[in-house]
Amino acid sequence: MKVLGLILVVACWILLAVGATDFPRMGDPASPAALHVSPRYLEKGLAETQTPNIVTAVLADYRGYDTMYETTVVFAAGVSCFLLLRFFRRQAPPHTLYRHKPSGTVVAIQRGYRLRGPHPDLVPIDRDWAPHDPIVELASRILIPLIQIFALYVVAHGHYSPGGGFQGGVILGASLILLAISQDLRTAQARLGERSNALLSAIGVLIYVGVGALALALGGNFLDYGALAGLMHVDPVYARNLGILFVEIGVAIAVMATMFFIYRNVASAGALDEGL
Amino acid sequence: MDRFLELLTSNYNYWVYITLMMIGLWGMIAKRNLVKKIIGMSIFQTAIILFYISIGAKEGGTIPIIMEPGGHGSAAQAVVRAADYINPLPHVLMLTAIVVAVATLGVALSLAIKIYQRYGTLEEKDILKQINKP
Amino acid sequence: MSHQLPALVVAAPLIAALLIFMAGWVRRGLCFPLAGAALVVSLLSALGMLSQVLTQGPLHYRLGGWEAPWGIAYDVDAINALVLSVVAAVALVNLVAARVSLEAEPPHRVGALYALYVLSVTGMLGMVVTGDVFNLYVLLEITSLSGYALVSMGDDRAPLAALNYVFLGTIGASFYLLGVGFLYTVTGSLNMADIARLLPALYGSKAVLAAFVMIMVGLWFKAAFFPLHSWLPGAYSFAPPAVAGLLAPLMTKVMIYVMIRLMLSVFTPAYSFALATLNQAVVWLAVLAIVAGALLSLAARDFRRMLTYIIVGEVGYMVGGAWLGTRLGLTGSLLHLVNDAAMTLCVFLAAAAFTYRYKGESLHSLRGLFRRMPWTMGALVIGGLSIVGVPPTCGFFSKWYLLSAGIQAGQWGYVAALLFSSLVNLVLFFRVFEIAYFEPFHDHHHGEPAPSAAAVRNEAPALIVLPLLFTAVGLIALGLYSGELASGVIALGLPTGLR
Repeated sequence: MKVLGLILVVACWILLAVGATDFPRMGDPASPAALHVSPRYLEKGLAETQTPNIVTAVLADYRGYDTMYETTVVFAAGVSCFLLLRFFRRQAPPHTLYRHKPSGTVVAIQRGYRLRGPHPDLVPIDRDWAPHDPIVELASRILIPLIQIFALYVVAHGHYSPGGGFQGGVILGASLILLAISQDLRTAQARLGERSNALLSAIGVLIYVGVGALALALGGNFLDYGALAGLMHVDPVYARNLGILFVEIGVAIAVMATMFFIYRNVASAGALDEGL
Repeated sequence: MDRFLELLTSNYNYWVYITLMMIGLWGMIAKRNLVKKIIGMSIFQTAIILFYISIGAKEGGTIPIIMEPGGHGSAAQAVVRAADYINPLPHVLMLTAIVVAVATLGVALSLAIKIYQRYGTLEEKDILKQINKP
Repeated sequence: MSHQLPALVVAAPLIAALLIFMAGWVRRGLCFPLAGAALVVSLLSALGMLSQVLTQGPLHYRLGGWEAPWGIAYDVDAINALVLSVVAAVALVNLVAARVSLEAEPPHRVGALYALYVLSVTGMLGMVVTGDVFNLYVLLEITSLSGYALVSMGDDRAPLAALNYVFLGTIGASFYLLGVGFLYTVTGSLNMADIARLLPALYGSKAVLAAFVMIMVGLWFKAAFFPLHSWLPGAYSFAPPAVAGLLAPLMTKVMIYVMIRLMLSVFTPAYSFALATLNQAVVWLAVLAIVAGALLSLAARDFRRMLTYIIVGEVGYMVGGAWLGTRLGLTGSLLHLVNDAAMTLCVFLAAAAFTYRYKGESLHSLRGLFRRMPWTMGALVIGGLSIVGVPPTCGFFSKWYLLSAGIQAGQWGYVAALLFSSLVNLVLFFRVFEIAYFEPFHDHHHGEPAPSAAAVRNEAPALIVLPLLFTAVGLIALGLYSGELASGVIALGLPTGLR
């Protein structure tokens, strides 16, 4: 079996390598890819969309339809992980574990018994090997708001510097995941509940598709931001700039929510308890 | 021979990426552990992404962000020459491909978790033994 | 609005999928109506586009308002519109039948299942209508991702089958992406019509040949063309019946449509059919696929697995017919695509009806079902006769076209394989009918045969049986209208330069 696989891989290599001998050399400014479609993006992109970052202009405007489906792929991955892993536990586990925060001791209460009275120093945990480090926790608590501000900057500044919806959305999602890793998933879940998370991921994509449908309703083609000019009382070129901003915001929301949604389900294997 | 050397120096990037792709493909086909196959899949997809990016390189070009001397916002007064900037289109395409690769990786890992919960192992031959036994 | 139909056909199910997922968390009762409404809108848009194309000629739609090749453009001709209508119709009929089993799932999953169902259909519709090769890749991945998750929802062995599907599907999609990369490097464009304009100057290039081979092999992985088919039997046998009823009729057929579209519109017939050795090799591979599918289906112990091997054989018919390179062959292949979607839907709906009432899957659990489920078995008879190729069902007419094309092209191996496969299908289905009709009913839950006089009618619920009967009638209707479909619709979409 491995021999057959090796033969196939080598045959594939030969086919591709021979095909690549006809390619233009790397970096050739006269290659077909550099001469045919992309010059217009570079030369007229700024004038047509008022967005200096041409990659964002192409991503969100010229080929914005592809980006809409890309956001849908992210959404579909979130839904798939949820569908695959999520389960609801039927009966209580045999022991309920608590960690005494100041000393680090773990206390196990058998099923059927309960702690009485308020216990501010005892935190419920799910696995007694879950690590807990006050230094990491404190450092993350300071860093997370800064990370989020940076993420918002990346989203907003996608027009003028490398950045945009996907990049900013991933950083936002990473900040939530950092909260879940440094403390535990329950704390992060208290900040963003499961239902709100799921709804947000769908709302993000709906913003994108909604902008497209709005353009359709206003008489233009699907995702033609120029059609939104009348609604916003700006000239059509600036309307494209604003349209790109709206869809990037939609993408950021969708990606942030989906990253955290996937993390929730994968890290806790569907139980949505303490997680890693 | 001369032609081959000339090709090697000018097209070497494509061949390196093709080799990386084939390493990933080999991992997916030949390895018997499910996580190793997933890693092979990841290598394969990443190598394709690198391949596309190398198509967009341009000698003497800078990043495709049009900086104007007089600040941004106004329509371009200076003429923008495409030869000064690298090709933005492969980057745009690969943003999509990266997202797709991550999504597929997420789904594959969730499936691996489910399989582990059911069979207790991630080695293909042990799983097949469990399936064929009863 | 009428010239916005190309956007509407994909946008409606996409918006609906998002709303359905949200409704799953807020108000579960809305999921089915939203899904149904979206698929109805898609079906009506597809039929509207079909009538527009038949009266006015091909449609051109620019997304985002940018003209091709700088923006993404749709080019809809008669074949596009026909396949779109078929996809929307099959998805809608299966949705009605699937409602019963989908709503029986744990409540937190219902919204997600409907959402992935509709997303999968969105991807397929988008793949059929698009005119941009990279857009096709993204939509392919949407369909695949939702497909992987839906397949894994089945019983015990489904996750492993789904993971195998993930690996092979990713190899296929990545090969396709690599082929597109090669094409982009030598032409600089991603729009199908634009590439077709630029390619003739590059016909001798090795890069174009490598691109062609990689794209075709990638599509064959996803279409389950033997020997790249190994994901299909596992994935479709272990998937839940509702999901198998969606993916089995549509997924492979849409991939074959994409293959034909790329062969005709991107690598024009002047290139695709010029390499005689490659064409001959593919036709021989198709012969191998047909024979292997027939033999493997004979060996199957399980009803649904037998059906999946029949699909492998059908893919062989269509790929072989397309690679014959003649007008007749392509007409036969496309007609068979339409008919096979309907036939596969019919038999998989029948299997879903059986599974709903009687849990066993092996052929022997079908004993005596003619008395217990007469309507279901009647529809299965029509579906089986169509797969064998008995007039007036549609299967006969498309096989007739394929046989004529094989004879005209002198491909006797292909003709022989078609006849052999029809014989094997006859044996398979008559074996099923014999088990279901003549053997006394054996209720395997209780372990002893019940007296036949006391056999009670135990049909599947109406929501499953009515779509099944509708499909069976549709098979006959498609058969009667085959002539119009072939000459009035498909012929309009085929390019003129074919033999």
